[in-house]
Amino acid sequence: MPRVSARLTQKLAVVGIWATGATTVLALLVIIGYTMYRGLPHIGWSFLTTAPKGGTSGAGGISTVIVSTLYLVGLTLLILVPLGVGAAVYLAEYAPDNRLTRFIRFGTEVLAGVPSIVFGMFGFAFLVIALHFHFSILSGALTLVCLLLPTLIRTSEEAIKAVPRSYREAALALGATRWQTTWRVTLPAAISGIATGVILCIGRAVGETAALYVTMGGTTALPTSLLSSGRTLALHVFYLATVTNNLDGAFATGVILIIVIVVANSITNWLSQRFRARMAGGT
Amino acid sequence: MTVKPSRGWILLALAGVLGLSLVLVGCGKQLSGSVTEGGSTTVQPLAQALADAFQLKHPDVAITIAGGGTAAGITGANDGTLDIGAASRDLKSGEPALVTHLLAKDGIGIITNPGNAVPGLTKAQVVSIFSGAITNWQDVGGVNHTIDVFVRESGSGTRTAFQDLVMGSENITSSALQQTSSGAIKQAVAGDHNAIGFESLAYVDSSIKALAIDGVAATEANAKDGIYPIVRPLYFLTKEQPTGLVKDFIDFCQSTEGQQIVAENGYIAVK
Amino acid sequence: MIEKGYMRSRYLIDRSSRMLLLVCAFLSLVILAAIAVYTFRAALPAIREVGLWHFLFGEVWRPSDTPGEGRYGILPMIVGSVVVTAGALILAVPLGIGCAILLAEVAPQRVRQFLRPAVELLVGIPSVVYGLVGLVIVVPLVRRIEGPGLSVAAGIIVLAVMILPTIVSISEDSIRAVPKSHREGALALGATHWQTIWRVLLPGARSGIVASVVLAMGRAIGEAMAMIMVLGNAAVIPSSLFSPASTLAGTIAAEAPEASGVQRSALFAMSVVLFLLIIVINGVALIIMRRGSRAQGVC
Repeated sequence: MPRVSARLTQKLAVVGIWATGATTVLALLVIIGYTMYRGLPHIGWSFLTTAPKGGTSGAGGISTVIVSTLYLVGLTLLILVPLGVGAAVYLAEYAPDNRLTRFIRFGTEVLAGVPSIVFGMFGFAFLVIALHFHFSILSGALTLVCLLLPTLIRTSEEAIKAVPRSYREAALALGATRWQTTWRVTLPAAISGIATGVILCIGRAVGETAALYVTMGGTTALPTSLLSSGRTLALHVFYLATVTNNLDGAFATGVILIIVIVVANSITNWLSQRFRARMAGGT
Repeated sequence: MTVKPSRGWILLALAGVLGLSLVLVGCGKQLSGSVTEGGSTTVQPLAQALADAFQLKHPDVAITIAGGGTAAGITGANDGTLDIGAASRDLKSGEPALVTHLLAKDGIGIITNPGNAVPGLTKAQVVSIFSGAITNWQDVGGVNHTIDVFVRESGSGTRTAFQDLVMGSENITSSALQQTSSGAIKQAVAGDHNAIGFESLAYVDSSIKALAIDGVAATEANAKDGIYPIVRPLYFLTKEQPTGLVKDFIDFCQSTEGQQIVAENGYIAVK
Repeated sequence: MIEKGYMRSRYLIDRSSRMLLLVCAFLSLVILAAIAVYTFRAALPAIREVGLWHFLFGEVWRPSDTPGEGRYGILPMIVGSVVVTAGALILAVPLGIGCAILLAEVAPQRVRQFLRPAVELLVGIPSVVYGLVGLVIVVPLVRRIEGPGLSVAAGIIVLAVMILPTIVSISEDSIRAVPKSHREGALALGATHWQTIWRVLLPGARSGIVASVVLAMGRAIGEAMAMIMVLGNAAVIPSSLFSPASTLAGTIAAEAPEASGVQRSALFAMSVVLFLLIIVINGVALIIMRRGSRAQGVC
């Protein structure tokens, strides 16, 4: 008796599991497939190089949006990477196992769980209004730095910890100081893992909407300085979808976003494979 | 250890990306003056049309037009984020004392889906619908279906104007669906047979229908003549008396040529 | 001596770099403190004006410029956030775990090679794209059934699809991480594949799966833009799956750029509530996880 029902549940379970797989594939097809279907026909050289018209027509392309996005990501990384990697280095290499360190880790964990709109509100009140940065790429970038810091710290710390102890010990045995070891041996060895984290942050920055909606403003003009307002690709999708009738343009921008994520994912996969291979080589 | 190449590669890539974007910026026009405008989404298409015409005459000027709602226009003009704030209603006591420049007048239409057979409503019916007292289309001569009420968000000048001119002391029902821009309201009503909303008359096109109110058709002519009951002013706001480029642009908007553009875009000229 | 100077400069660099790095590490705490302090302080005026009870349990949200006339009750948003998140989890967790089992245990290599990168791609797609597809496909579908389409149902579906890839990818990693000996032991004892999965692998991967669900829940309850696009943003407690609703995050994002005075303060208070809600749910999940592993005993 138990045997029969076990076989039956086995068969049912397999059917059920494949059903969930099919549902997931369906969702995947709908999201990516429909976006491509509606968006791809509208992508062309002119789409990428014409500026969007402000206002409610939603006509035009996404050239200024691309530039704004590049500016934003560039500025964010410029500030985020030294801070994040620095913190990760400290936590992985220098931090003693005491209350202060636990406190710092706790802070990082909590920060990771804060929803992005809360970062946005903080950026809005503090950067946009109080510090008079106004709606600008600067406000957006600084908000993103706060938002992404925990992610980068976490991934970088993992990457640094994965570097075999023998590397450090060899360097120290040769007479290097702690700093020299870190700077010239450990970090370079961890670079692929750190780069993976950086690219993950780039992906999140490009896709972030809520925090940037309230700190960047949404102008379609070409940004002339870091204090200019602007919009990112993800924000542009939102504006096109809700303010204008140009849903095709929204989907087309969505396709660009998907392509960016695909590229980022591919680079990440390639990098982490290299990283794992290299770390497996050393002992 | 041959690690320098990979580190250098990443740095180079980042530098290349930044450099490319800087080059793209350099390819833009050399600006000799810029004006930032923002605020009411009702005013936005008009401001864009005026800005385009102005920039055609003066190619060395860049005017950026943004939305955000009337409340954002007022705050932006007041704290200096914007050179010009746009509002689609009168300023109220308690709001910052900004300099107002009358741009145009605009009727607010009560809009429904073109598939909705109801041709018009009385003002009292409109109030009842938006306050939630009437919830079914059949109570006003339509089909038996719940009314989907769409409104703008609370910072909208159109909404405030609608509240003041139509609702009076009645509150808009909490179960109304809020959309964040004029364009979004239009989209929502165009897609839902049972929808009702309010919208600037200038936004009305074939995808939505503006109802006759108290028997008066919601046309621009009726609004201009004052027969259509729901009309409000559209303003450009500046913190102080404008000078220089801002003054030139506002003067242009209020000139005959500018007012012609106003009329062409479906708003009511004030000259 | 030359050597002494060289040693000293290296020592100084070592010391100062250590300080610098400590500062970097502290940054997370500083930012967290800044956000906490700033948000709390900005939230106080509204709480003082409205009263904590009326704020948390008031059913009417009607901001007004006229002082004293505004109503700032956020119960509809709290209910909206909880309902939409719970609904999304109910849909996505079984689907996600099932798909994770599929990828880890059941599917042939060819299927996995295609499906896994696709799931990774979905994890990274920005939420606006989900919202866009929701607006264009899900909302009209729901409208066909009942109501304006902009509804709790649409929100649940969009959120479920959004968090599904996260649950799948992390759960699959967890299932794969269960030591082979566990699997082989169960199979050797005569268990069917499914019995192995259900009684050995899933419990073994429990902490990873719970972590993925917690992560997914965090993403769902904090989602703003996609919800603005498909929920309808009606400040009422939803009466059915097909009525519109609003969430904490969505309302904050929708009204923040134009809010001032009491309304802005109330939005900050909403941020505090949102964050506390997340902490509470995280805490509950942690307790469930710990109790579960205690009951399991040592493996």
